[in-house]
Amino acid sequence: MADGYVQPAETFSPIFGRLTLDWIPYHEPILIATFAGVALGGLVVLALMTYFKLWVPLWRDWVTTVDHKKIGIMYMVLGFIMLIRGFADALMMRAQQAMAAGGAEGYLPPHHFDQVFTAHGVIMIFFVAMVFITGIMNYVMPMQIGARDVAFPFLNNFSFWMTVSGALLVNISLFVGEFARVGWLAFPPLSGASYSTGPGMDYYLWALQIAGVGTTLSGINMIATVLKMRAPGMKLMDMPIFTWTTLITNVLIVVAFPVLTATLSLLTLDRYFDFRFFTNDFGGNAMMYINLIWIWGHPEVYILIIPCFGVFSEIVSTFSGKPIFGYKTMVWATACIMVLSFVVWLHHFFTMGSGANVNTFFGITTMIIAVPTGVKIFNWLFTMYKGRVRLEVPMLWTIGFLITFTIGGMTGVLLAVPPVDFQLHNTLFLIAHFHNVIIGGVVFAVYAAVSYWWPKAFGFRMNDTWGRRSFWFWFTGFYVAFMPLYALGLMGVTRRTATYPDAGWQPYFIVAAFGAVLILLGIVSTFINFYVSIRDRKQLACGTDPWDARTLEWATQSPPAPYNFPFDLQITGREAFWTMKQQGFTWPTTGYKPIHMPKGTAFGVLIAGLALVFGFAMVWYIWWLAILAFVGMIGLGIFHTFNYKRDYYIPAEEVSATEAKGAAA
Amino acid sequence: MGHDTHSAHGHDHGHDDHGSGHGTMSQLMIGFALAAILTIVPFGLVMGEVEMSRTTLIGIIMAFAAVQIIVHLVFFLHLNTSSEEGSTFMATVLAVIILFIVLAGSLWVMHNMNTNMMPMHDMEQQLEQMKSLQSQQG
Repeated sequence: MADGYVQPAETFSPIFGRLTLDWIPYHEPILIATFAGVALGGLVVLALMTYFKLWVPLWRDWVTTVDHKKIGIMYMVLGFIMLIRGFADALMMRAQQAMAAGGAEGYLPPHHFDQVFTAHGVIMIFFVAMVFITGIMNYVMPMQIGARDVAFPFLNNFSFWMTVSGALLVNISLFVGEFARVGWLAFPPLSGASYSTGPGMDYYLWALQIAGVGTTLSGINMIATVLKMRAPGMKLMDMPIFTWTTLITNVLIVVAFPVLTATLSLLTLDRYFDFRFFTNDFGGNAMMYINLIWIWGHPEVYILIIPCFGVFSEIVSTFSGKPIFGYKTMVWATACIMVLSFVVWLHHFFTMGSGANVNTFFGITTMIIAVPTGVKIFNWLFTMYKGRVRLEVPMLWTIGFLITFTIGGMTGVLLAVPPVDFQLHNTLFLIAHFHNVIIGGVVFAVYAAVSYWWPKAFGFRMNDTWGRRSFWFWFTGFYVAFMPLYALGLMGVTRRTATYPDAGWQPYFIVAAFGAVLILLGIVSTFINFYVSIRDRKQLACGTDPWDARTLEWATQSPPAPYNFPFDLQITGREAFWTMKQQGFTWPTTGYKPIHMPKGTAFGVLIAGLALVFGFAMVWYIWWLAILAFVGMIGLGIFHTFNYKRDYYIPAEEVSATEAKGAAA
Repeated sequence: MGHDTHSAHGHDHGHDDHGSGHGTMSQLMIGFALAAILTIVPFGLVMGEVEMSRTTLIGIIMAFAAVQIIVHLVFFLHLNTSSEEGSTFMATVLAVIILFIVLAGSLWVMHNMNTNMMPMHDMEQQLEQMKSLQSQQG
């Protein structure tokens, strides 16, 4: 290779498969430093956990829990950890491109740079954005419909740990072997056996397959929850918008993710068993992979953004002190997006050689899908119109979203015009566009949701000053980092370039790198905010309803009791909590019955742990271990079905005591 | 106000009596047999290099695939119009729409690309033709 990188020789031993010491990247100073940092940090955490005797509570109250609230919080923690990893990749790319102009090589050799951009994309989509939205849906949705938990609490725990296993597999690739060098969607033939030798591409496949199991199961779980577990009297058209968007996004997950699973399975067969689905020769067709992966891929971007629309709907309505404008149009717009998101996929490969008629069809459908999204934008604006808008931190993020997302949407409609796309395809203009909608949409929504529901989860607000700092750093940082990329894209700079000859581009890249530093400050502010808020929790303590909210999750205590609601509420219309407040509802302190609850179980984490071992063994061709782990997974799964001790009762006295304490607070 | 201990935890406790939504053993076995047949036949047609036109072959494979999906839905996922207040039926309608989009769309897109992009062996033929044309002219 050009950078003098030589891949370790392909060997095979029955015990270690193709894993040899040569695959430990001890000759790469960046990785060694990272590893040292992670190992040291890990040791400190382990020591502190042991010192404060936290292992048993961690295992009992968190790892094995089936409580949707705790699982939701664990998803958020995983999301923030992976955000750091993904953002570190982003900073490395920005630094490289700011340096590597006019013949300079930069500091990252190409084979490393290629791993970095692949890891960045994979992590940010699958292990940050997906994880965050799943966490928010997990935490909020069951309480919004007045339920005590999701429909299948054990499955929820299992889904979470499968996601963690996938994330761990990606992170293991950093220190054992390498990651894929193929871009986040791994197009063949580059990702096929002939051009991607070594374990990197296999890490990609198994990490996504394992995490995909979790995503699909959690999708099924949440659909069942919304359809079957609503409080008595709550009709579908009474559900809060966030619950609607949760339902629709999970329908999309259940419909779209099997396509990803199947596509990656075909590629796995190509790589492991020499099949010829996507090869250049023997009748394979690499374009079919691109077609299939985007049939999943386009719905996927709506899977990410639709729950965020729900988050903003709740926040706009709460902080404007008004019901959401056009509830029904909001629901129908979301449903339209759900169906339309399946007929636009070809706009990702206009340039692959379809005829004018095909390109025109998909260009027009792409423009049409902007219409329901526009409907939503107007609904939010009209909700604010003549409302008493309070510019609290969640509302700041919402207004930032409205501006940023609209710009991103407009550049998207530009790209929907096939002749324009031929100019801009695979340029930084595209990169700027999708970061514009994903940061402006998903990331801002996650931040808005965290600051909005934090008081619900913990009983105290987040620090306002640091919240505002975080917002302004992210907001300005985004524009400084990505507006130069629009300009560069119009000049024809392609994505994924490690070095470039034209020194005239360098100033733009330097500005973009500065923007990334501003975003870094935004992320740092967030973590400072977590620290400061937890430190000052006594002063920041607030009641159960700090924002004067309208939906049912605010009818519970903050933090909610394990059972959420001490008895089933009778729902008579939209904005159930608002109605309850008008009628002066308070929870009684006596007269409760015992509450039937699901019990925590270790099977989820055990099976997922074996899945991680299985994935690792498959990556390295350690067949005996793969077989053992797989048999173990199936065996544990069967064994778990014989576990009949899955429930317990919270005694009535305990419920009364908890409720009395809540009423006093 | 009363409460209903059953509403909050759904099906996730072991001694639950599973209702009408779950299939019997014989149903599952019929489904399994059908799924196996529907896989073996198209596979055999390709592997056995049975004499028939390519279009017919592709048509047969697609038809078997479509039936395969219906078998899975009916025998393994127990789909029918009556259960669950018709919501399973709604789900089927959505699934059929999506299925149609994915299958018909893929065929349309890939056919278009094959015509426009000239797969390798066609390209070689084309090059031959161009060469012979050039030699005639020149």
